[in-house]
Amino acid sequence: MTATITDRGTASGAPSPGRPVRVLSFSQRLSRWDVKLSPYLYISPFFIVFAVAGLFPIVYTAVISFMDWDQIRRSGEWVGFDQYAWILQQPKFWVALGNTFSIFLLSSVPQLILATFIAAMLDRHIRARTFWRMSALLPYVVAPVAVGLIFNALFADNSGQVNEWLGFFGIGPIPWHVEPFWSHVAIATMVNYRWTGYNALILLAAMQAIPRDYYEAATVDGAGPFRQFWSVTLPSLRPTLIFVIITSTIGGLQIFDEPRMFDQFGRGGAGSQWLTITLYLYDIGWGEWNFGRASAMAWILFIIILAIGLINLLVTRSLVRDEGGRGPVLTRAERRAAARARRREARA
Amino acid sequence: MTHRALRRTLAGVALASVGGLVLAGCTGGNGDGGGDAGGDIELTIATFNDFGYSDELLQEYEDAHPGVTIVHNRAATSNDARANFFQKLGNTGLADIEAIEIDWLAEGMQYSDLLAPVPDDLKGRWLDWKEAAATDAEGNLIGYGTDIGPQAVCYRADLFEAAGLPTDREEVAGLFTTWDDLFAVGAEYKEKTGKPFLDSANSILQGLANQLEETYEDADGNVIATENPDVREMFDTVIEKGVPISAYAGQWSEDWYASMANGEFAAMLCPPWMHGIISGEAPDVTGWDIADVFPGGGSNWGGSYLTIPANGDNVEAAQELADWLTSPEIQARAFANVGAFPSQPDAYEMTEVSDATNEYFNDAPVGEINSNRAAAITVTPIKGPKYFQFHEALNQAVTRVFDGLETPEEAWDSWVTEVSAF
Repeated sequence: MTATITDRGTASGAPSPGRPVRVLSFSQRLSRWDVKLSPYLYISPFFIVFAVAGLFPIVYTAVISFMDWDQIRRSGEWVGFDQYAWILQQPKFWVALGNTFSIFLLSSVPQLILATFIAAMLDRHIRARTFWRMSALLPYVVAPVAVGLIFNALFADNSGQVNEWLGFFGIGPIPWHVEPFWSHVAIATMVNYRWTGYNALILLAAMQAIPRDYYEAATVDGAGPFRQFWSVTLPSLRPTLIFVIITSTIGGLQIFDEPRMFDQFGRGGAGSQWLTITLYLYDIGWGEWNFGRASAMAWILFIIILAIGLINLLVTRSLVRDEGGRGPVLTRAERRAAARARRREARA
Repeated sequence: MTHRALRRTLAGVALASVGGLVLAGCTGGNGDGGGDAGGDIELTIATFNDFGYSDELLQEYEDAHPGVTIVHNRAATSNDARANFFQKLGNTGLADIEAIEIDWLAEGMQYSDLLAPVPDDLKGRWLDWKEAAATDAEGNLIGYGTDIGPQAVCYRADLFEAAGLPTDREEVAGLFTTWDDLFAVGAEYKEKTGKPFLDSANSILQGLANQLEETYEDADGNVIATENPDVREMFDTVIEKGVPISAYAGQWSEDWYASMANGEFAAMLCPPWMHGIISGEAPDVTGWDIADVFPGGGSNWGGSYLTIPANGDNVEAAQELADWLTSPEIQARAFANVGAFPSQPDAYEMTEVSDATNEYFNDAPVGEINSNRAAAITVTPIKGPKYFQFHEALNQAVTRVFDGLETPEEAWDSWVTEVSAF
């Protein structure tokens, strides 16, 4: 028993010269494998599911994006980068890209300002606190499609409530479904309705983690509520704000439900006024059944999100680094060097 | 075996079963269920909106065919059904009978080999153009026609009266025999009342397009959209004469629904299935009536087919059911149920159809009117797989002009650019 294992060990292992060959019993070997392999086995279900449900579609999409693909017959012709070239040549694509960023900015900026304000209000001593906090989250629970339907009725050009209300102030009917800018405002309103409360609660949680001593000290120093907000609350919120900004960026670039529900056709308007990238992608895929082009577009979108994610990461790092308190931030190479040095010390 | 080894084996088994589950998840939902050897058959039929195939109707078939159980799934919209159909066609997971709408029939015709053809002895049951649209290059008819949408003109008699126009349905029918007449009456009405005459400009485009044999593609499948003078003429007509008298660019918007109830427009080009929409959306409006006429001859809008995926488990039983469902008798009853107008000429003789009147539309003889409108259709438009992409894009061009986003020439040019990329 032991002999065979030793044989196998020497045959496959080719031990480095100068190192003594250690002879292990089978059970010792088992326990070593247990220590080394078990953790991987325990986490493997996730990775198997990921490989099947995540990695496979990604690779499949990549392959299809180079083909003129017939989804029904599951066959296609290799066309190289033609689909990518086609997408990049479409004026609609660039319009959609512009719309996506416009809607993103129109929704994220007011949303964050409003969320911070609401959070600051909820952080104060008010009556029926839980009630107010839950109310802030309520819109988040409503399904986006339902929000779309409701707002679609509100923002109807002729018969909509919003134009009626604006009429009381003498503001003439706004062509929500005609002018690109106003359609973006209307869609951004739906996004804000849904996400402001959610972000406010995240910011509220961060606010409550700020040590109250800071405020006491500030009060003693004579700082009023506004000064406290600017000099204590906002700086302490920075990491949370960055998290909120990153998630809303990713969500903003993938905006789909709201523009899709904005009119009866769901194709971004007759003049592509509110056509977003994902809406265009969906239309090419499920409207025209051209999955080659849709896949190419999905990859382009992926690269755009990746690029923006990287920019976000760099900005975040430079902002978070001077927060301090956690020691120097090391690069991977520096960490590896440090680990090597520690091992050498331990061996010696 | 040691304790650890046992644990490891168990982990291995667990792992294998997780993998198995995942794989099962990939293929799950594809199993068809039916097709038992014991003679008991479960037939699934998938439709959308409302075909008029009530539970009582299906129960009758079950009673006459012991051992057959029918499961009827209804999708909310034709679009849902379309997505489902094309995602599963050629694979598994489709119902034994799948309903498809004429709007995406052309897309489906590319895959006519994946559908079981209608037996030859049933050919001739449907109107010629209804059959022609669902017949592929090899001469296989792949759809059992259900309903059609022969258009007539619906009008508000009260608004017509106020504008000094005739109100009697026969007299009104005399007003709209040609498109020019319609546009002239519309312009006159607009001048007198200051209100739009028709509901939407794109419904005029729809009516015109369905009167052309070749629009965007010719009989050989060549794309002629941008060179075809008929298309340009149709676009110009809608822009010059249709847009000024229309309330909206397109139908189905919030505003369109709202103004149907408010009486903002006086007439609509309306297929039979629109009757239910009008009476449902504007229950309090009185004065709607139907004139037995359509400008420039007949024009069909909408209608559906039942198809049978060739790789289903119960193709023969499904063919039998589809045959029964689309027989003139049953379609006449479906018409009585929900107003889906039959595509089978024999059904027009049946009392459910011939004697049918619609109370909401001033007791208009809808059966007779629709039969006449169906008979007036002489053109079978050629619709290739991209027909609706072209048409939809042209609709958007009209909308852009309507909304003042582009001049007619700009809208046409951007349409040409857009469709050249298809």
